[in-house]
Amino acid sequence: MSSETALATGRRARGLAPFLRSQMRNIAPFLTLIFLSAFFAFASPSFATLDNLGNILTQVSVTGIIAVGLTFVILCAEIDLSIASIANVTGIAVAYFTLQESYVNIANIPLPGAVAIILSILLCALLGLVNALGLTVIGIPSFIMTLAMMQIAAGISALLVRGQIAYKVPDMITTLGSGSVSGIPWIVIVAAIMLLGGHLVLTYTRFGRYVYMVGGNREAAEYSGLNVKLILGAVMVISAVCSGIGGMLGVAHFGSAQQNEFDTYLLDSIAAVVVGGTSLFGGRGGIGNTIVGLFVLGVLNNGLDHVNIDSFLKILIRGLILLAALVINVYAQRLREKAAE
Amino acid sequence: MTVGQQPILELQGITKSFGGVEALRGVDFALYPGEIHGLVGENGAGKSTLMKIIAGVHSEFSGRFLIDGKEMHFRSARDAHAAGIAMVHQELSVAPDLTVAENVFLGNQPTNALGLVQWRRMAREAGEQLARFGIDVDPMARLGDLPIGLQQLIEIARVLFSGARIVILDEPTSALSPPEVERLFATLRRLREEGTAIVFISHFIEDILLVSDTVTVFRNGRKVAETASAATSKGALIEAMIGRGGEALEHSYADDLMLPQPSDSKVVLRVDQLSLSRSLQDVSFEARAGEVLGIYGFMGCGQQELSRILFGKLKPDSGTLAVDGTRKTFASTAAARRAGVALVPESRRDMLFHQEPVYKNISISILDRISALLLKPVQERDIAKRQVDQLQIRPPVVGLDLGMLSGGNQQKVALAKWLTYPPKLLVLCEPTRGMDVGAKNDVINIVRDLRTKGLAIIVLSTEPETVLSLADRILVLKRGALVREFRNEPVSKDRLLEAA
Repeated sequence: MSSETALATGRRARGLAPFLRSQMRNIAPFLTLIFLSAFFAFASPSFATLDNLGNILTQVSVTGIIAVGLTFVILCAEIDLSIASIANVTGIAVAYFTLQESYVNIANIPLPGAVAIILSILLCALLGLVNALGLTVIGIPSFIMTLAMMQIAAGISALLVRGQIAYKVPDMITTLGSGSVSGIPWIVIVAAIMLLGGHLVLTYTRFGRYVYMVGGNREAAEYSGLNVKLILGAVMVISAVCSGIGGMLGVAHFGSAQQNEFDTYLLDSIAAVVVGGTSLFGGRGGIGNTIVGLFVLGVLNNGLDHVNIDSFLKILIRGLILLAALVINVYAQRLREKAAE
Repeated sequence: MTVGQQPILELQGITKSFGGVEALRGVDFALYPGEIHGLVGENGAGKSTLMKIIAGVHSEFSGRFLIDGKEMHFRSARDAHAAGIAMVHQELSVAPDLTVAENVFLGNQPTNALGLVQWRRMAREAGEQLARFGIDVDPMARLGDLPIGLQQLIEIARVLFSGARIVILDEPTSALSPPEVERLFATLRRLREEGTAIVFISHFIEDILLVSDTVTVFRNGRKVAETASAATSKGALIEAMIGRGGEALEHSYADDLMLPQPSDSKVVLRVDQLSLSRSLQDVSFEARAGEVLGIYGFMGCGQQELSRILFGKLKPDSGTLAVDGTRKTFASTAAARRAGVALVPESRRDMLFHQEPVYKNISISILDRISALLLKPVQERDIAKRQVDQLQIRPPVVGLDLGMLSGGNQQKVALAKWLTYPPKLLVLCEPTRGMDVGAKNDVINIVRDLRTKGLAIIVLSTEPETVLSLADRILVLKRGALVREFRNEPVSKDRLLEAA
């Protein structure tokens, strides 16, 4: 999706066929999106409406916010499995620091809204920092490190709510999560701003370039005198903070904070990034790809509700789509490597 | 000798281009059974491209491709393999964590009826095969524990004994010691007697003349000469390769060379009592501004570890480093870079981004100098363009993906990364390995130019020629210890080899 990639490959690959092949990573998800949209528009009259577009946007917003950080991580050829748990614990924390109605049976600590939000963000940043230190200082593979963190964050969530449900969050979070301005939900606006911000950072900043280079060839990045560990650590913290923001707004959006309410977001976020075409081997892809991936998932989830289909079958269909995306992802990498020979 | 015989492999009018850059133009090539065919040419002349076409790595090209007189079209290296073509690539491709036997039988381990690997049989047969090659190692040893030269011999042995009818060797001797080269040549001659056709690419023209029957010379993607090896000379081949008087360029270093008076300029680097388990013992030396310090030693003498310590990639067990008189313990390569140390490792693959354009490869080490937060693509390209012009990198297109450049040009890019803001200390590992005469001279001139600019330069090499052609002062490293210093005295290849 990045225009620079397109430019570089375009210059090398003369002729349409080689160009298309080298751009398969970007083209395939886009074609999938068009195909799915066309299919559901044909299958259900209620799908292709402006209202429903709004629905889809709202439905993918929380995933989108979480996926911004995850895109950074996957671009570095790492993975973060703790995103959903961190989202959950941050959402619960912000409620924990807010005065609840008297019937909510949680021994919480009410604080002013701004303080609650800051503390919650500090909490998710801290968890991300633990991920970062485990990965870079101790050298635990991110897959295992974040698996542990997934459990740790879930544990903190459990201790905070103890099986209860909290409802109140600071007013600002309530507005951003469930309010809207001139018809547009705030949560969509926040997701859009974060995706745009992520894209700008990745494309136009030095740090963004470092992320791509570390993902492209970590050894070479180190031999070029980059502080690879610092970059990897930063990326893990970014991921955790994005997850935390997604979690706080998600809690406001759902109207409650409870254990396990973000569980599906782990797979959805990874799927959005990978379906969009960002390489699992790092160094290729970007936020543009993630946006397309989000729409593919959003259209799929929403569209399946519009057509008459066994709701249990939906899960299987999503799994199959993810598998297809993985096949394309790996295949695209191979085509590119072959083109670079 | 080959008149009337049918070539086993014949290529007619092969043309191959990468993104508009023609790597091969209308090349004809024939290979006969029982022939060792030498291939020489500068880096980027098209040798490797042609061999990759033969080995099925590049499947898109124009021209005719015949095997045993029948037209073929390989779509992958697997197709070529099935047709009896095997290639040893320049870069080592072994599985260091597997045993020697597993490496020899990689992909076709002997199995019993149940499909289980027959370890004992595999070990025995691997041992026998390697013994034929004069290699005496424990077949069950982990390959990565062996010296690099031996690993390379094992890889070559695997390919030679794979039963291929056509064997392509790309720079097989660069990591081998003289006796190992002898062993390789003896095996090649034996295979020739058995009717195998062998293509042998090397920058060591003596090797080519010694072992091959026919030599083909490439220049700028064209075949410029094909001659019987017995009927030519090194000078004539070099002249054909570079198209200008070659004699003066290749120095044999057989005679004594007088090292200059040691410089008494500022000490840039002081290394004191550096030790690293099993690799380095109490290494102490200093490098001065405007001086090229050569460090020579055989493969595995600790050079690699030393260079990594200087660049903060490895931490020594004990000992100290001081840059400009200040003691340093580098926590990362970034810290070393900030202290003014730069390293070009021996493997280009390790320091370059093959899927990224040239300009990003050049600017990566200096981005923090030109941009605080936002990238400045125009400035970045300008800087890269200047380096590309100055170092004569070909093709001079900064937007081209690095992987499209030839090896010698990639090496220049690796140097270019450090030259926009020259470091205080430049550490070069094998700066001219695998390069042809012309590119070698370019690199030598670049290094000399940097020396006059006042950089302290350390050149580490296992090739005496490299050290002799560059260094003002030479240290000899043997099994992790400095054993000899040559300064202000005559030195030659023999003397170096003797000291090591």
